Amino acid sequence: MVYLTRRAEFSASHFYHNPKFSAEENQRIFGKCNNPNGHGHNYTLEVTVAGDVDARSGFVMDLKQLKDIMNREVIDVLDHRHLNKEIPEFRDSIPTTENLAIAIWKRLSGKLNGAKLHRVRVYETDDLYVDVYGEP
Amino acid sequence: MKAHLTRRYKFSASHRLHSPQLSDEQNRATYGKCNNPHGHGHNYKVEVTVSGEPNPETGMVCNLADLDAFAEQVLMPQFELSNLNQLEAFRNQVPTTENLSRELFHLFDRQFRLAKVERIRVEETMMNSFEYAGGREIGPR
Repeated sequence: MVYLTRRAEFSASHFYHNPKFSAEENQRIFGKCNNPNGHGHNYTLEVTVAGDVDARSGFVMDLKQLKDIMNREVIDVLDHRHLNKEIPEFRDSIPTTENLAIAIWKRLSGKLNGAKLHRVRVYETDDLYVDVYGEP
Repeated sequence: MKAHLTRRYKFSASHRLHSPQLSDEQNRATYGKCNNPHGHGHNYKVEVTVSGEPNPETGMVCNLADLDAFAEQVLMPQFELSNLNQLEAFRNQVPTTENLSRELFHLFDRQFRLAKVERIRVEETMMNSFEYAGGREIGPR
């Protein structure tokens, strides 16, 4: 088994706000991230697929295909978007890095031409990232 | 779906690698420059990974502000600008980064109660790093 990781970047804005909470609770729980005017990040996405190396091609998966799928399913959808306002997953959930990584996992899962999705890693900043392995 | 959140912190500290169980000559042979009796220092980077299902109301494994506050109140006062050899944790063990990563795992695992502590990763320099997950196999992460 070999693990192959491809990296991509996208930029998006968001803010954290739960309408079930009072204004004070939103401010206490989410702090600066509660600013209703939003703020943005340069996110880095790493997608890791796992598989045996094909004897003829020497590939776990064709990197060009992986890049195209990541662009189509994730980057084209999220890049230069407002996560709260434009991305359906965040209509009713908070666009934290945790939920973003889970949403990206679900967007990619089953779409990798048979390759096994092993990990989705999303960096919000250099000092904060979230990994998802599809564990229930 | 479970998410693993990793936060990076940094602190600077000095240490000297020297084992009382070895002779001076053996210490020099084992630890080389790191055995310098005057010690030396590093800018350590510490990654703490916590895991769990994000809370449906907040979207969070745990509030980052709480994890940062814990690091600020518990990690930093002990380790920032410290001499590791002087710390209680290293009274009976050499302050290698292997042992440091184990001690930092125990510090978070025993005292941070708001999420499951999965793993500690410590970079001593850009060229080396150490991971500890409470003795569990980490596997391809």
